Amino acid sequence: MSQFLDFIPKIPVADSVEDAMDLLTDTFAGFFDVIKKSGKFSMEFVTDFLVMIPPVLFILIIAAIAFFATKRKFGLAIFSIVGLLFIYNQGLWEELMNTITLVLFSSVIAVIIGIPLGILMSKSKVAETIIQPLLDFMQTMPGFVYLIPAVAFFGIGVVPGVFASIIFALPPVVRFTNLGIRQVPKELVEAADSYGSTGWQKLYKVELPIARPTIMAGVNQTVLLSLSMVVIASMIGAPGLGRNVLSALQQAKVGNGFVAGISLVILAIIVDRLTQSFNKKRQ
Amino acid sequence: MEKIKIENVSKIFGRHINQALKLVEQNKSKTEILKQTGATIGVYNANFTVNEGEIFVIMGLSGSGKSTLVRLLNRLIEPTSGNIYIDGENISKMNKKQLINVRREKMSMVFQNFGLFPHRTVLANTEFGLEIRGISKEERRLKAEKALNNAGLLPYKDQLPGQLSGGMQQRVGLARALANDPDILLMDEAFSALDPLIRKDMQDELLDLQQKVRKTIIFITHDLNEALRIGDRIALMKDGEIIQIGTGEEILTNPANDYVRTFLEDVDRSKVLTVENAMIRPISLNIDIDGPKVALQRMREEEVSVLLAVNKLREFKGYITADDALEASKKGENSVINYVRTDMPIVPPEMYIQDVLGIISDSKTPLAVVQEEKLVGVLIRGVVIEALSSSDENEGVTENVSIS
Ligand SMILES: Nc1ncnc2c1ncn2[C@@H]1O[C@H](COP(=O)(O)OP(=O)(O)OP(=O)(O)O)[C@@H](O)[C@H]1O
Ligand SMILES: [Mg+2]
Repeated sequence: MSQFLDFIPKIPVADSVEDAMDLLTDTFAGFFDVIKKSGKFSMEFVTDFLVMIPPVLFILIIAAIAFFATKRKFGLAIFSIVGLLFIYNQGLWEELMNTITLVLFSSVIAVIIGIPLGILMSKSKVAETIIQPLLDFMQTMPGFVYLIPAVAFFGIGVVPGVFASIIFALPPVVRFTNLGIRQVPKELVEAADSYGSTGWQKLYKVELPIARPTIMAGVNQTVLLSLSMVVIASMIGAPGLGRNVLSALQQAKVGNGFVAGISLVILAIIVDRLTQSFNKKRQ
Repeated sequence: MEKIKIENVSKIFGRHINQALKLVEQNKSKTEILKQTGATIGVYNANFTVNEGEIFVIMGLSGSGKSTLVRLLNRLIEPTSGNIYIDGENISKMNKKQLINVRREKMSMVFQNFGLFPHRTVLANTEFGLEIRGISKEERRLKAEKALNNAGLLPYKDQLPGQLSGGMQQRVGLARALANDPDILLMDEAFSALDPLIRKDMQDELLDLQQKVRKTIIFITHDLNEALRIGDRIALMKDGEIIQIGTGEEILTNPANDYVRTFLEDVDRSKVLTVENAMIRPISLNIDIDGPKVALQRMREEEVSVLLAVNKLREFKGYITADDALEASKKGENSVINYVRTDMPIVPPEMYIQDVLGIISDSKTPLAVVQEEKLVGVLIRGVVIEALSSSDENEGVTENVSIS
């Protein structure tokens, strides 16, 4: 019986995928190169700018934003000051800025791609049936799987790191946008239609504003997912706190790993609470 | 003038539409068709016209297709077949752009749960239709504020809809529709979510409004009392089909079939019956001509102890009792004018019986039914009670019953 199974020759899936990838990278080499160079340039520019800001000023700005975003409560503001001072004290300031840039770029791009995709899904049954399984697939894949195409397209460095993060962080914002728009009460959609709205008017004046809280919940998750990718992205050379965690792991330095890890958690908490409060504020 | 015309309009939801249509022709029931084909009959073969300035009520039980029918008029739901004309233009054949224009200019809709946008202020909600049309900020603000002012809601213009009571929200819904100044108002159970007292106020307001602005109104309800109160004509639906169209009076006195009859049975009769339905022929005396002798003679003849007094023009003047007539006769008077009593309450014929009950129980005498000064009937307690409890429509009530 097992002989019969062995009778079927091995289907060359791996080889075919490799060939396809090669073809892709070869054909679009110029394109990928442009993206890589401009991406690297603009990210370095942002990091340099962030590093240039005096840390005290930076911390105060974040604390002020936290204070006002949480309806003038002191909790998050104080947490931000203490947390950021800790990171500075541990000598991880530049790494923090690199991580912020990475998260900023990957989540902003994920949102820019994700929201229109979610809108498309909510409007078209066909788009939904195509995109839905793709999203399921993307969410079941472990993050580092995306490193493979990232490296193939962009080599190593920060740009492939962002690329992998975008793919990993994309699903929630797409899903929540789709969900948010589909959840707009039928009567309100009918009201918009019955007054003679065009599709765009309906989208801008009714659907997006009403779906906003749901979409923002998706944005929040996307930002956190891209933050969770920083360690993995550092495996292919993205700079930042992730790199410290990774090297601590490789050299079994528990102490260093702990400090870098805590720094990431501090950043995650600040980012999470901030994006959530932006959401609540205007409800 | 004919404003809306519906010709053989059907809407079948789901697939296997042709198969479903065949089954309807074979008189299969809605559930049977759903079981066999998976298709739902929304509306089947509807035909009617609505005149300009008319309030046309569509009534029926839940699931009978009322909402579907009204949404076919502005094509929020696409008809499966048939033609819909508004001002002679075939809506069902229009392209997207033409349809949008009709929706913007000709008709506005009012929704059961108000359909107000929660993120927009009352003013911004009211402006919505104008904003969609691209009308300038100043002009739309002016129009919206005027509409809100008419609804008495201007002070609330900067609030969000969620901060207002249900009745006020629906006034905003109506103001939003009217700010657009459409010819046609589509109202899908617009008052059904409101509690009974507010609901009655809103019905009155709608009727007042209709006096002033004369829109063509399609009003959906599952409540017969509401239909009778505000409808010029009523269409009754069952399982997607229109089974009777007529004025409230026509439907009440002449139900098309058993279904209509059963539907009518749960109506609280006191809210439907008017004074006119329950009044009886008055036994009167022309006080300009007739004296006490004639009065006594008439009382004997009709076996009553009271006569209603009218003048030559049949204008109501009061009443004469047998005792007074006797006294006048003894004194040798030849007129009873000085013996006319005037403490009899007057009610108009179109008043609801429900509203008369209080007056009649407080009054020692029957009530005179007077229209434009003229005596048209008399309302007595026994007959009112009989009318309220009678199981078939006011037959036997209009007979000559003696007053006592
Ligand atoms: N989008 C839809 N898809 C499938 N079936 C539908 C759809 N909309 C309505 N129906 C069906 O069409 C029939 C008529 O529904 P409709 O909403 O018009 O009834 P209605 O008279 O307005 O009832 P109600 O008083 O409950 O509002 C119902 O059987 C309903 O299930
Ligand atoms: Mg309905």
